[in-house]
Amino acid sequence: MTTRSPLRIEPTTPPDESPPMRPSDPLPALPPPKPDPATVPDPVISARSLCVWYGSSMALKNVDIDIPRHKITALIGPSGCGKSTLLRCFNRMNDLIPGARMEGTIKFEGIELADPSIDAVALRRRVGMVFQKPNPFPKSIYQNVAWGARINGYKGDMDELVEKSLRRAALWEEVRGKLHKSGLDLSGGQQQRLCIARTLAVEPEIILMDEPCSALDPIATAKVEDLMDELKEDYTIVIVTHNMQQARRTSDMTACLMLDEAAVQGGHRTGVIAEFSPTEKLFTNPSDPRTEAYITGRIG
Amino acid sequence: MNLPVPSGSVERPRWPAPSRFRRYQGPVMLSLLAICALVTVLTTIGIVAVLGLETIHFFRESHVSLPAFVFGTEVDPPKFGIFPLIWGTVMVAAGASLIALPIGLLSALYLSEYAPRRVRAVLKPALELLAGIPTIVYGFLALVLVTPLLKACFEPLGLKVDSYNALSACVVVGVMIIPMVSSLSEDVLSAVPRSLREAAYGLGATKFEVSTRIVLPAGLSGVAASFILAISRAVGETMAVVLAAGRMPNVTANPLRSVETMTAYIVAITGGDASYGTPKYLSLFAVGMTLFVMTLGLNILSGLILRRFREVYN
Repeated sequence: MTTRSPLRIEPTTPPDESPPMRPSDPLPALPPPKPDPATVPDPVISARSLCVWYGSSMALKNVDIDIPRHKITALIGPSGCGKSTLLRCFNRMNDLIPGARMEGTIKFEGIELADPSIDAVALRRRVGMVFQKPNPFPKSIYQNVAWGARINGYKGDMDELVEKSLRRAALWEEVRGKLHKSGLDLSGGQQQRLCIARTLAVEPEIILMDEPCSALDPIATAKVEDLMDELKEDYTIVIVTHNMQQARRTSDMTACLMLDEAAVQGGHRTGVIAEFSPTEKLFTNPSDPRTEAYITGRIG
Repeated sequence: MNLPVPSGSVERPRWPAPSRFRRYQGPVMLSLLAICALVTVLTTIGIVAVLGLETIHFFRESHVSLPAFVFGTEVDPPKFGIFPLIWGTVMVAAGASLIALPIGLLSALYLSEYAPRRVRAVLKPALELLAGIPTIVYGFLALVLVTPLLKACFEPLGLKVDSYNALSACVVVGVMIIPMVSSLSEDVLSAVPRSLREAAYGLGATKFEVSTRIVLPAGLSGVAASFILAISRAVGETMAVVLAAGRMPNVTANPLRSVETMTAYIVAITGGDASYGTPKYLSLFAVGMTLFVMTLGLNILSGLILRRFREVYN
């Protein structure tokens, strides 16, 4: 039995008595549909009852989330609650971790991402990713941007694509004279924008950002945030952040993840979505007490 | 907030003054470590000095000119033309590298990028075990296994295979140096940060593209270093080569013939062929010097190539 909201009264099974999940257990029944304030029309990604396992430990339990198109969705929550794990489901990056697997359904434009047989390589071209630490390739600035396009068989004018991507990432003016210098010679903030440019060059539909500003200073952070605001006209952005102000400043929708109390009792760290609402509502009038406790700094 | 004072701390101080050992640790360790480092430097200087002096001595005693020494084709005194020895050495080293470098590099890529963790845990030590086999064992394997196999393969085609031949030396030396390439290369490829791989996968790269176009270039300097070490080892390899390739100084492109390498020549001379102080005896220093110059040249060359191609990540 799964309790989606502690406000719901469960007379038979109190949440702290439900046993920890095992991979062999059958999936728990879908929770009854709750009146969700966050109705998302035409979501680009839609997950239902998504569970993620690392070996025998459950990292995410029964996640329901709809990622709105051409909006910024923020994932917030305390450390270890599965924000990055959820993000990495969207482009099957968890495949790189031995023993990781998904259950439930997660649909991206009609593709079932939980199906192990889908082409993750083709998916990742359409769902790009920017990482926590800027990780440009040890190649020239030009090669950094061109690399992804080249391996994906881009047929157009490469110089044009590189310039367009760097302009879009608000980096062109700073690097135009030194395209053949190493990407590692740039400052941290420039490197992160180079990584964004590299992602834009393969023309994805979604950009996943895993704490993209946590290694940057406030000025570089502001630049990346401005950039996100511009990019959402053409792209759907999902951002994991530890910085609640950042989530509030930048995002349209916010999902607050929490550790599942029942799992914690059993010695496991399993994340659940405590609340998924429009950002303004989540921060001003949270409907879940755990969210409220987290955003006011009482937990986390 | 005031921390409670631990009981008893007034009578018996909990933090005694640093012992004499801890106080003098720094300078003692510094000199100890410096001495150890100095040993290798002094050894190198010593070797170069001895080789250099005796080489000069050799040229003075034998009245052989440097070009005649390097390019002459008659090894025996008084000519001392060691070109056949250089030829044999290069041939064996090149053949061994042709076998070891691709196999070693591909197995390193397999181990670091493709192999499941459990396979790797078994395979890597197994490969390294190859490096622990005494080289003379490889030598008689060449004699009793590789050469008969080569004979069985080539003689039906009408090609004569000498009992001692260069190809069998290439094969055993090649196998011998595979673990050097694979083990060292695997270490550097595994050390390429995960974040670079994730970045590439995130752009829609396949495993092959990530391995060959991101990981390999990033680890190139280490891979090249392993190549150089392996080639130097092949150049300097002695016992296996003496047993496999024999002692016939030949300048031939046919790997089925016997050749003599510089190391085999040195073994023969130190084995009592020449009496002390004669030009023949001194020639071993000149040959040793030539070997040293060859491997030094390889190292310098690789440094130049690396500076041009490697990708530095931090």
